[in-house]
Formats: sequence, C-alpha cells, structure tokens
Amino acid sequence: MFNKVLCAIVVMAFCLFSSGCSKKADKAEKSVIQNAGSDTIVNLAQAWAEEYATVEPNVSIEVSGGGSGTGIAALTSGTVDIANCSRQMTLEEIERVKQNTGEAPKEFVVGHDALAVYVHKDNPLAEISLDQLANIYGEGGDITKWSQLGIENSKCVNDEIIRVSRQSNSGTFVYFREAILGRHQDYKLGSRDLHGSKDVVKLIAHTPCAIGYSGMGYATEEVKMLKIAKTTSDAAYAPTVQGVMEGTYPIARPLYMYSLGTPEPEEQSYLNWIFSPVGQAIVEKTGYVPIGQK
Amino acid sequence: MKTIVNVFHHLGRWLEPVIETFIHLCGISAIIFVFGIFFFVFREGMGFFFGGLDIVEFLTSPEWYPTSLNNKRYGVLALIAGTFSVTALAMVIAVPFGLGAAIFVSEFCGPKLKETLKIVIELLAAIPSVVWGFIGLTVMNALIIKIFKVPIGLTMLNGGIILSLMSVPIIVSIGEDALKAVPDSYREAAEALGATRWQVIYRVLLPTAKNGLLAAVLLGVGRAVGETMAVLMTTGHAVKIPTSPFDSVRTLTATIAAELGEAAVGSDHYRVLFIIGVLLFSITFIVNFVTDLVIKGIRGKA
Repeated sequence: MFNKVLCAIVVMAFCLFSSGCSKKADKAEKSVIQNAGSDTIVNLAQAWAEEYATVEPNVSIEVSGGGSGTGIAALTSGTVDIANCSRQMTLEEIERVKQNTGEAPKEFVVGHDALAVYVHKDNPLAEISLDQLANIYGEGGDITKWSQLGIENSKCVNDEIIRVSRQSNSGTFVYFREAILGRHQDYKLGSRDLHGSKDVVKLIAHTPCAIGYSGMGYATEEVKMLKIAKTTSDAAYAPTVQGVMEGTYPIARPLYMYSLGTPEPEEQSYLNWIFSPVGQAIVEKTGYVPIGQK
Repeated sequence: MKTIVNVFHHLGRWLEPVIETFIHLCGISAIIFVFGIFFFVFREGMGFFFGGLDIVEFLTSPEWYPTSLNNKRYGVLALIAGTFSVTALAMVIAVPFGLGAAIFVSEFCGPKLKETLKIVIELLAAIPSVVWGFIGLTVMNALIIKIFKVPIGLTMLNGGIILSLMSVPIIVSIGEDALKAVPDSYREAAEALGATRWQVIYRVLLPTAKNGLLAAVLLGVGRAVGETMAVLMTTGHAVKIPTSPFDSVRTLTATIAAELGEAAVGSDHYRVLFIIGVLLFSITFIVNFVTDLVIKGIRGKA
C-alpha cells in the first residue's frame, strides 16, 4: 500500500516536472518583445510588428502607445524592451534609466517625421512662420485672432484661434515647444490638451477655428497642412518627404527607438530588419520619411 | 444523524470566536482601508510637500507648468476651479431632474411604469464612464457647436451635462428610497385633512425625507467630483479659470489620470500629483463632514 502511494507520487511529480519543462521550452521558442511609447510612432510600430510576424514567426512584437513620456517611464522601470520616442531622451532621463536598471539606454533613429501644423480644410490660411506660431502658442504671445494673421476665417464664428495641443507626456508636445519656443519659454495656458496624435487631427477636422500640430502620418482629407517658413520674410515649405530630405522644412525631427543597454539578439535582428529596405518601405507607406534619405 | 449534529455543534462552538473576529475585522476594515489609502497617498507626496513646494502658490496660482524646462510652476487654482465649476453645473442640472424623478417614481406613477422606470434608471447607472465620455466627445460636441454657435463643444457645459446624466441615477434611486421610507400614515393623515397632492409632497414628504434626500444629492456630488474618464474626454482639458460655461476646463482628477503615467517615480511632478490626490481626499472629507453636521443640525431642530 505504502509503496503504491509512493510510486504514484513519484510518477505524478515526474509528470508535473516534465510538463513544466516542456512549457518553458515552448516559451523560449516564441519570444516576445515589448514595445511601447510615442503616439506618433504607434501606427508605424504596429505596421512593422505585423509585417515582422510574417518574416519571423517565432518572435512576437507587442506594441502599445501612450506617449513618449510613458514609453520612457516604462523603460525606466524595465517593463518594456524597446521604447518608441518622438523626441530625444533628456540627460536627466538617461541618468534615471541607468540608476534604476543599471544599463544605459541605446538610441536608434528609425525614421523621420515632418511635424505638421494642421488647420480646418476651409481655413484660407496657406502658410505660417515659426515666429507667428510662437506668438500663437507661447506664453506672452499676442496672436489670439485669425485676423491678426491677415486672413478672414469666415467659417470660424468669433475669429478666435483655438489652440489644440498635447498632454505633457507627449514627445510631440516637448519637441514642438523646443522647436518654436526654444528652451526658455513655455506654452500659453488654456490650450486644449488632447491625449493622442489622431485626436488632434480629428478635433481640427470638426473645428473651423482650430490650429494644432501632429505627425505628418496622421494627415486626412478633412484637414489642411500648412506650409511653414522660418520667418515671415522666408519662403514657406510644405511638410513633404522631399522637404524633409532636403532639409528645407523647418520642423522635421528624427523618430527614435531606445533599447536597454545592448539589444538582445532578437531585438537586434528586429532593429536590423527595421533599418533594411523592407522595413524602411513601411515607413514611407505609413506617411513618414525613411532614414538614409535625409 | 445525531453524530453529525453533534459534530456541527462542537465545530460551531470552536468556530464561533473565529467567525466573530472575522466579522469584527470586516466591520472595521473600512476604517483600515481609508487610513491605509490616505497614508500611502500622503507618503508619496510628503517628500515634496515638506521640501520645496510653496503651498500658498500651489493653492492660489493658476499656472500649471509641471514639465517646463526652466521654470516649473505647480499652481492648481485653475484645476480646482475646473473641478468645482463642472461639479456645480452638473448639480444645477442633476438635482431638479433627480429629485423630480424620485418624487414621480415614488408618488405618482403606477406599479407597472414604476418597475420599468426603475430598471431603466439602474441601467443608466451601469453605463461605464468611458462610454459617457465617448458620447460627450462625439455627439454632445457636435450638438453644442450647432445649437450655441460656439467654436468648440468640448467645454464645461459638455462635461457638466455628461456628469449630471451620470449622477441622476444615484440621486433618483437613493431619493426614492428616502421617500418610500416615509410612513403611509403621514400621507393618509395629510390627505384626510384635505391637502392636495402637491401640498402632501411639499409640506409633508419633503420635510420628512430631508435627510435622505440630502444624502442622495451629496452622493451625486461625490460621484461628480471623483469622476475622471468622462470629464477628461469632454471638458477639453485646458488649464484655464472658466468665465462662462463655454470655456474649456481641466479638473484635478483628469490631471492625475493624464500625467501620472509619464511622471518619473520620485520626481517633483510625481509627488505633486499625489499631493493633488490628498487635496481631492480632503475635499471629499470636508463634503462628508459638512453633510454630517447639516444632518445633525436638522435632527437637532426636529
């Protein structure tokens, strides 16, 4: 009797042990790369992940958005493998990642974006200069009406410029602030701060009084992208692939991915694939500018 | 059979103190949780509260620049104004509707309609807040632009209407309970004295059910102050002290929800968001405390 029980226990333990092992083996075969961050990049990252699943079925890439700041926070706490970022990490942030994880984040430029300034499609405005934008968006700036830009925005009921901005975890929010206001000025309070790149474009499509900024990949038929000039006396350029390549469009920016320390082999081969012509073709397809062309 | 009963009897004797302790624990668990939450929220914010935060500026400045590169400012006055204005507007709409509906359901409508109404109202309470937010963002936004000829519909008015729709079900169901608790003999006595139905309600029911109705309204206020997702989506999320219902505002809760995800753990920004949490906690505490005093005052008079 006792022997039989012992025997059964041994057999059961063996079964459990072996099944546990085989499960682990399964997991090792299909590795998962966690990828989160920038809302500007999220569509692109999703497209890459889907395409990569057909190239390398054993690696699954899990993409989520939330904003560059959210991606960096996740990298700092070690919960993602690759963070997407539509701005460069600050020294302070890099230091914090080092302190928390013991590894320095490694930076990769994966594409370029012409940060577009959007208005409603019925807005007669065609171009705008960086100092005008600074006066619209910056603290202390004095442009609050469309007529101050020398146009008559007839669809807009009270001529007021409705500023659409982003929440502060957005890399686009930080980049746009630096690009038009420099490092020493802040945004004017009272802008509508939206959560996503897509939300900005969507709200502008419904609001004739609105102006806003978002990645060029989010352009739709219902909104108009303004041409941007450095100053009112300079020529204005449209946010196009060519404008970014030639460096004429004033607010073009790189899009980044950050890994924790040197990427793992699977992560490295994913990044290599992103840099390959196939990966870069997807960049162009989602509306952004491939690397190597700038 | 007898032995089984005996076993249970013995077990019961042995278990009784255990169960007693367990129930006792359940009873005081609310206190433990409240203090626990307060402790943890306050602990996260404390480092900045006692070291660096200018508390006067925090409460009186409308300038909220937590991510500025060289001039960080943590003023929440505009956010407090946002929370209070949206809540007040929501209550202006919800209280008459909610109490009116409660009176109708409990006093006027027939049993069949009553059942239907109660089910539908409970269904209204079960709609998730993100769905409310979605309605505000799409339907209400377009409606407000069209009706009031304003440039943008993501405003205090939008948030207020959505919040009132969310708190009406609470006010109705608790208000109806309060009215139901008034003994029928009161109604019969009033009617026997020749009072009209309106007089019965106005002179007898409302004064008698005052405490319960007040509790209903204040629970509605609590819901409105604490709501996050729906106001984040409908109010436009703009740091501004509102001057009209057509201004966009930002609330305390929405700020925490929008910014906590990116704030680096331990940074000033992170800590100040927890201090906002403490502030919200204090507001709720004061509302509840005042309610208690008011109710006690009413009781004292009666």
